[in-house]
Amino acid sequence: MEKIKMDIQALDLFFGKKQVLKNIHLGIGAGKITALIGPSGCGKSTLLRSLNRMHDLHPDARLTGKIMLDDHNILHGNTNVVHLRRRVGMVFQKPNPFPMTVADNVAYGMKINGLHDKPEVRRRIEQCLRSSFLWEEVSGELDKSALDLSGGQQQRLCIARAIAVEPEIILYDEPCSALDPISTSKIEELILSLREKFTQVIVTHNMQQAQRVADYTAFMYLGEVIEFGETQQIFQSPRHELTKNYVAGHFG
Amino acid sequence: MKKITQLFGFALLLTATLVVLSILGLILFDIVLKGAPVFNWKFLTHFPQKGMTEGGIFPAIFGTTLVTLISTVFAMPLGIGCAVYLNEYAPDNKFTRLIRASVRNLAGVPSIVYGLFGLSIFIQGMGIPPSLLTAGCTLGLLTLPFIIATTEEALRNVPRLTREGALALGATRWECVYSVVLPSAVPGILTGLILALSRAAGETAPILFTGVALYTRYLPASPLDEFMALPYHLYILSTQHHAIEQVRPLAYATAMTLLLVVFLLNFTAFRIRATYKR
Repeated sequence: MEKIKMDIQALDLFFGKKQVLKNIHLGIGAGKITALIGPSGCGKSTLLRSLNRMHDLHPDARLTGKIMLDDHNILHGNTNVVHLRRRVGMVFQKPNPFPMTVADNVAYGMKINGLHDKPEVRRRIEQCLRSSFLWEEVSGELDKSALDLSGGQQQRLCIARAIAVEPEIILYDEPCSALDPISTSKIEELILSLREKFTQVIVTHNMQQAQRVADYTAFMYLGEVIEFGETQQIFQSPRHELTKNYVAGHFG
Repeated sequence: MKKITQLFGFALLLTATLVVLSILGLILFDIVLKGAPVFNWKFLTHFPQKGMTEGGIFPAIFGTTLVTLISTVFAMPLGIGCAVYLNEYAPDNKFTRLIRASVRNLAGVPSIVYGLFGLSIFIQGMGIPPSLLTAGCTLGLLTLPFIIATTEEALRNVPRLTREGALALGATRWECVYSVVLPSAVPGILTGLILALSRAAGETAPILFTGVALYTRYLPASPLDEFMALPYHLYILSTQHHAIEQVRPLAYATAMTLLLVVFLLNFTAFRIRATYKR
């Protein structure tokens, strides 16, 4: 396997007394797309949200183990979480554009990062909107409210907003679960086009989606990673009985 | 049998509603009927004349407007700041819950208590003369709990996902609050603010000891001047005047004006809410 961007080692996560993630070991390949699949409640979103420390918002959450980003353990107390989240971006289950204009949404991350040079911001807005296949559709409506875009456009705008801060990793938490099939295929195409440039991790309940976009797939069940490997292997020749039953559609 | 109970319940509720509506309608009808004859442009734009038996109520309108504005300037930053702290920063513990409960209780304190409090703190304590400033601050204190409660409500209604979106881009908590959460909550905050104002505009007790005057010959020229106010003017005309019968139409017209002011403020709040609701 190629270079590992993020290495999860012996990760346990508790909400209060309840253990939600159990002894997770997972290597996220640099520049690759890794899918997390599994039935509802298996902990795949929880695992994803550990990777940019979104659980910090949850006072009951307690994490042990290590998540190595390059050579630094991001769970270590001295981690600058704000800085971490600039390196590890996130796209959510439902499109969540800010109630501002299309352009301001993309510019938001640049501005809080201290970039105020107007022509440069303008140039990068266009570049990010082009990268997210949105430029053609919205180039004339940059000053319109982002809330007036369609759901699929909003989600692509959220991806544009995420790549505008030039993260190294992008996390997707079921990014298409609120979208129709056409919007979904556009998002998938977009994710594939960002391959190599970014390391991407996608949580999905849609097994076809995992097969279409992911290089590697991890199957999770009841808070554990049951099986992890190349996507084709996981779906064509799963080694574990649970994986076999899940990808065959026996439970979900 | 079930049907009859249902019908009976429905009739009961309908009657209650109709009774409430008709009382309100009756009050409005009575006020407009008796006030309308003297309610005109001159009434709104002139000073009272001949011991308030003639002329208009312009200084009272002017005073109420100013004192309400001052109370806003005083209470808005404090109230919004407090609500942001409580909702965004304060940890969820006993102390925070105690603060919140106290704020809720403050909303139930009778307005005359605020009046006496304002008198003792601003006028006797700080030595500011009874004026627009002291009355405005006292009214501000009165509206503070409402502003805090409605602002908190508006902040709570900002979806978690919106906050997370900002944080996930590497925003600090303050950047998230300032640039994303507050703008999303503006319609709700504004609505609450205007409703609080409309309440403040109609209050008499808090300004009674803190700066309102029976009659001033000139409009207040600075925040440290005494002023006339609509609710107090109404109180004087309807209970304290030496020629009560003679000024009764003026009193009714004053009540009409006050109602109009409050109605306009409420209507504005309603419009803001409707516009942003989608």
